[in-house]
Amino acid sequence: MSDARSGILQRLRAGGIQADQTPPDIPLRRFDWDPAECLRRFRARMEAAHGEVHQVGADWPQRMYELLHREGGALLYGPQGPLGPALEQGWPDRGAVRLIPYLEPVEACRDTLFRSVDAGFTSCRGAIAETGSLVLWPTPQEPRLLSLVPPIHCVLLDAAEICSTFHELLTRQAWQTGMPGNVLLISGPSKSADIEQTLAYGVHGPQRLVVLVRS
Amino acid sequence: MAAEWRTRVADALANQRTRANIGRALDGLVAKRRAAFPDRDELERLRDQGQAIRTQALACLPDLLAALERNCTANGIRVHWAETCDQANRRISDILHRHEARMLIKGKSMVSEELGLNAFLEAQGIEVVETDLGELIVQLAEERPFHILAPAIHKDRRQIAELFKARFPELPYSEDAEALTATARRLLREKFRGAVAGLTGVNFAVAETGTLALVENEGNGRMCTTVPKVHIAVTGIEKVIARLDQLPTLLTLLTRSATGQPITTYVNLVGAPRRTGELDGPQEVHLILLDNGRSRICADPELRTTLRCIRCGACLNHCPVYVRLGGHAYGTVYPGPIGGILEPQLQGLAAAGSLVDASSLCGACDEICPVRIPIPRLLNRLRAEGVGAGSDSQVPGRGSRRDPRQTAIWRLWAWLHADPGRYRLLSSLLSRTGTLIPRLIRPWTKSRRPPRLAPKGLHRLAREAGFTDD
Repeated sequence: MSDARSGILQRLRAGGIQADQTPPDIPLRRFDWDPAECLRRFRARMEAAHGEVHQVGADWPQRMYELLHREGGALLYGPQGPLGPALEQGWPDRGAVRLIPYLEPVEACRDTLFRSVDAGFTSCRGAIAETGSLVLWPTPQEPRLLSLVPPIHCVLLDAAEICSTFHELLTRQAWQTGMPGNVLLISGPSKSADIEQTLAYGVHGPQRLVVLVRS
Repeated sequence: MAAEWRTRVADALANQRTRANIGRALDGLVAKRRAAFPDRDELERLRDQGQAIRTQALACLPDLLAALERNCTANGIRVHWAETCDQANRRISDILHRHEARMLIKGKSMVSEELGLNAFLEAQGIEVVETDLGELIVQLAEERPFHILAPAIHKDRRQIAELFKARFPELPYSEDAEALTATARRLLREKFRGAVAGLTGVNFAVAETGTLALVENEGNGRMCTTVPKVHIAVTGIEKVIARLDQLPTLLTLLTRSATGQPITTYVNLVGAPRRTGELDGPQEVHLILLDNGRSRICADPELRTTLRCIRCGACLNHCPVYVRLGGHAYGTVYPGPIGGILEPQLQGLAAAGSLVDASSLCGACDEICPVRIPIPRLLNRLRAEGVGAGSDSQVPGRGSRRDPRQTAIWRLWAWLHADPGRYRLLSSLLSRTGTLIPRLIRPWTKSRRPPRLAPKGLHRLAREAGFTDD
């Protein structure tokens, strides 16, 4: 296969392609929205995409419980994640929704994950006001599938972490210097319009996206 | 080729139901795109940036590919190079055999269509499951994607309901889009849970960080990249960009041009397989870099602009020819204006040269292309290449569409117009024998009103009114 590699690169180099082109100077658009404006825009976009946005305080576990308890069932979370201890502490005992920790490799808990979990909970690394997007950096403590397989995904977002644009966020956080194995922008519950352009929510990812904004 | 093409066009034009379905769908997409770019100045600025980013990436392609390979490898992604579709297919099936995968779950990938991957794997007894809803529908119907973005755009909900009923008679019948979507979710959930291998395309490959960016709305792509033990990503070598901070511009151009969305539900940045301590994610990530003629296209400075394409599909939605014919009439993987310039270069003008005629050169594609590919100019260039005119280019099949009769007619035409006396003779002859014309151009007048020539031409009228040739 290295033959293919050298063949391709040789043809490209022989094609008179300049290797020393200077990158284009691109002034990207930024917005000087204040935090309140960022939150307002994030909320409007997220709700337009059928995401739920709730403003919460220190009692966020209780608020999240109230949003989930009607359906009952099980909430999967990362106990060693940044919000794990606070969630456990604030979660009502003997409630309709019980907490299930995500502690084993997916090979060992695939059936639980796909069949017995009703919701997943994660933190996030920020949000984007312009597009109404959450930014997730999955970690060993908060695995990748927490935000994908359960039918409901709950996220706690700190209002101060909302940037105006994606470009502002990734340059401010210097992503090019190091990223996890998977990074996600999530802008609503999963959806499809493949049948007559009619929007249907909850295709293969979550049907409900619940965003708790802590100010 | 030309005769088959004409048959397909006639069939497509006669299919009223499909034409109604695509007309409705594309009108909607055009309106959504327009609403997504309310500010004309901002749109032009974004197009400037998109064009600059893609132009630079193509100009530095060998270096960027080397950097992409280096950074992906450092992240633990295995990079494979394929000069041909056959090499890519073999590489993919080798990986599947090594993991004893009897089934492959697939996210949407036009490059996999280009590879003919499904047929290749099925011949080896490997089950291929399309997981994008539109792709699943065309797979169940044993058809090809009708549109590069919305594969089942030509089917209405009744046709889809009947298709589901025929394939899954045990399930309750419904014509409701939500119910049909829920059915697809149930059917595929078990496939996701058990899959050993998943395959997706790539929207942008970032050289600087070794990151593969994928956009989608359904979550099926994330399932394919995250749940199975092995994730295989396939992409053309042109999809690479230099830096991560160039991604936001291209993403916004892509999603707004394609469906009018400010962003898709998911932007999935795949950077590495499962790392130590991680509980999920694939244990292996493979990236297949496919050439299949792209490095040849890249060698021609004008034709290279074809490879700027970010596959938004806007040129299809805005094309008066595509809107009437639909995607199947083209008979190629990539239809519409982008197909018209890409396919003849990939397959050669002998095999796919007819596609360059499927344009009225109205310029709509030129006006909306987010990276400003001069599609009409390239169509004209390829028309000239087809008959062997112009430069010493490397387009395969150059001159294969040359027709001696046509060449003779144009020679005669040029000769008649090169001399005032000959020209006057011609025009007076035509004005006297004008009634014969409809019979001479029957293919045109079969479905159109024949032109009626005035008894006196403009030149003669002008002279009679006292104007001189000066």
